[in-house]
Amino acid sequence: MVDKRPVITVSNLVKRYGHTVAVNDVSLEVFEGEIFGLIGPNGAGKTTTMECVQGHRVPDKGTISVLGLDPRRDSAALRQRIGVQHQEAHLQKRIKVWEAVDLWQSLYTRVVDGDALLTRLGLEAKRDAWFMTLSGGQKQRLFIALALIHEPEVVFLDELTTGLDPQARRAIWGLVTGIRERGTTVFLTTHLMEEAERLCDRVAIIEHGRLVEMGSPEELVEKHCPERTVVFTTDDANIAERMQAMGIDVAAVERAQGNASTFTVRGEGDDFVTDVINCVAREGIRVRGFRTEIPTLEDVFLKLTGHGIRD
Amino acid sequence: MPARILRGFWKLTWVETKIFAREPMGFIGTLAMPVVLFVLFGRVLGAGRLASAAKVSLPFNPAILAAVVIAINAVQSLVAIISIYREGGILKRLRATPLSPVTILGAHVVVKLAFTLVSLGLLVLAGRRLFPGVMQVNVFSFAMAVLLGTLSILSLGFVVASLVPTARFAQPIGAAVLYPMLALSGLFFPVNRLPRALQALAFVLPTTHAVALLQGVWDGSGWSAHWLNAVALLVLFAVYTSLSTRVFRWE
Repeated sequence: MVDKRPVITVSNLVKRYGHTVAVNDVSLEVFEGEIFGLIGPNGAGKTTTMECVQGHRVPDKGTISVLGLDPRRDSAALRQRIGVQHQEAHLQKRIKVWEAVDLWQSLYTRVVDGDALLTRLGLEAKRDAWFMTLSGGQKQRLFIALALIHEPEVVFLDELTTGLDPQARRAIWGLVTGIRERGTTVFLTTHLMEEAERLCDRVAIIEHGRLVEMGSPEELVEKHCPERTVVFTTDDANIAERMQAMGIDVAAVERAQGNASTFTVRGEGDDFVTDVINCVAREGIRVRGFRTEIPTLEDVFLKLTGHGIRD
Repeated sequence: MPARILRGFWKLTWVETKIFAREPMGFIGTLAMPVVLFVLFGRVLGAGRLASAAKVSLPFNPAILAAVVIAINAVQSLVAIISIYREGGILKRLRATPLSPVTILGAHVVVKLAFTLVSLGLLVLAGRRLFPGVMQVNVFSFAMAVLLGTLSILSLGFVVASLVPTARFAQPIGAAVLYPMLALSGLFFPVNRLPRALQALAFVLPTTHAVALLQGVWDGSGWSAHWLNAVALLVLFAVYTSLSTRVFRWE
């Protein structure tokens, strides 16, 4: 799916604000056509890293290349080829949607059809509405429209869905995958692990300005949280012994209603869930409930940093 | 390349003009307030005193007061807009486009100067209608002096806009900086009767030179007699502009 041509290369990036080191020796690559996510808690250095890449901030150390350009030296050329959306951004309260699109269109050499773009983002009915009257999701969709107006090769999305309700968030996720399907590379930041897991081909976990880990969400889960959990409910009283006899680790047994008990069994590796299913089938155990728990990026984050993302 | 920059500049200027016109309070305050001020003071003084103000340029001339208030209102509105745009990340977002910083801020200057002219037009119309024979002044020359004064005060406005911490403080800080300038401008008492320190301060404030130039245009002595004030306005514009490029904050 992804050919491995890097469009963004960051090497040993350092950015300080006074005595605070906001970004500490971060190196990463973003490949053409992928959705790359910089994930971590608020204040981890995600936005600063992104703004250095966009050329809006001057790094203290390190080198950055975007589409083969230097973001500071070639900023005029780069602005025609990248699209940005800022965290918690606003527009003029009383600017109309079409006026914003029209203004942005006048600034770029090559632009897409504004009305078609608004339709694609579900904003066609809001053409004449003032910015201040839009909902949070509509505002974000307008910012996506403005970021896409000149068919950029790379789009930067900073905390795109923060403050949106789940429904609006899902709608935005659909749009972001749509951007990738049109061949545009997406570089985003988020502190929502579910968002990163749904959207990103690869993620970099950043904390206190340091890059902690990088890879696809599946790879990271497999590497750091290989344990699998199966929980099932059954009336069979001897199941624990039979499981243990087959070498399956029974982590907990709880009594449910009646004579039923809920068993939690844990193990590692791809075969574990299959082993448990095979055991249940072979022994003829009647189960009333059966569910597997697979670790998520959230668990990876917890494991790597020692605390949850919202702590 | 330059064609596109120009196109973006006019687009932004036009959009900002429409946005400003949609804000009823700012719109009415800018256009109507100075005219109302002029008419009220004119009525209080009476047409006779007003006419003699035109001839001998009494220290207090309601038309000049109104003209300077037009300029100061424009600057105050600019300070408020810049601080709101900064707080909302609008300046930052515009800066991420191919628009240059000068273009973004220049558009606001053009909008303010345009509204200054409209407001001045209303002032002249009101003067001609309500106090016939009083507005003998060369309107073009007067308008040019108001524009130059406004431009110079606007450049100071950008410095003030950089000092305003949040949008909430824009109005009070703007007023606290701008209105005392009126008191020192020579509009109410001659500058040479102020204490020495205040005279020195008055000298580096654009309002002082704007008022002197406007009085000159009003009493007929004209630009040639007050070219030093015109030069001072240009020099202050250059100084405040270069200062604001150093201290201006985009976010």
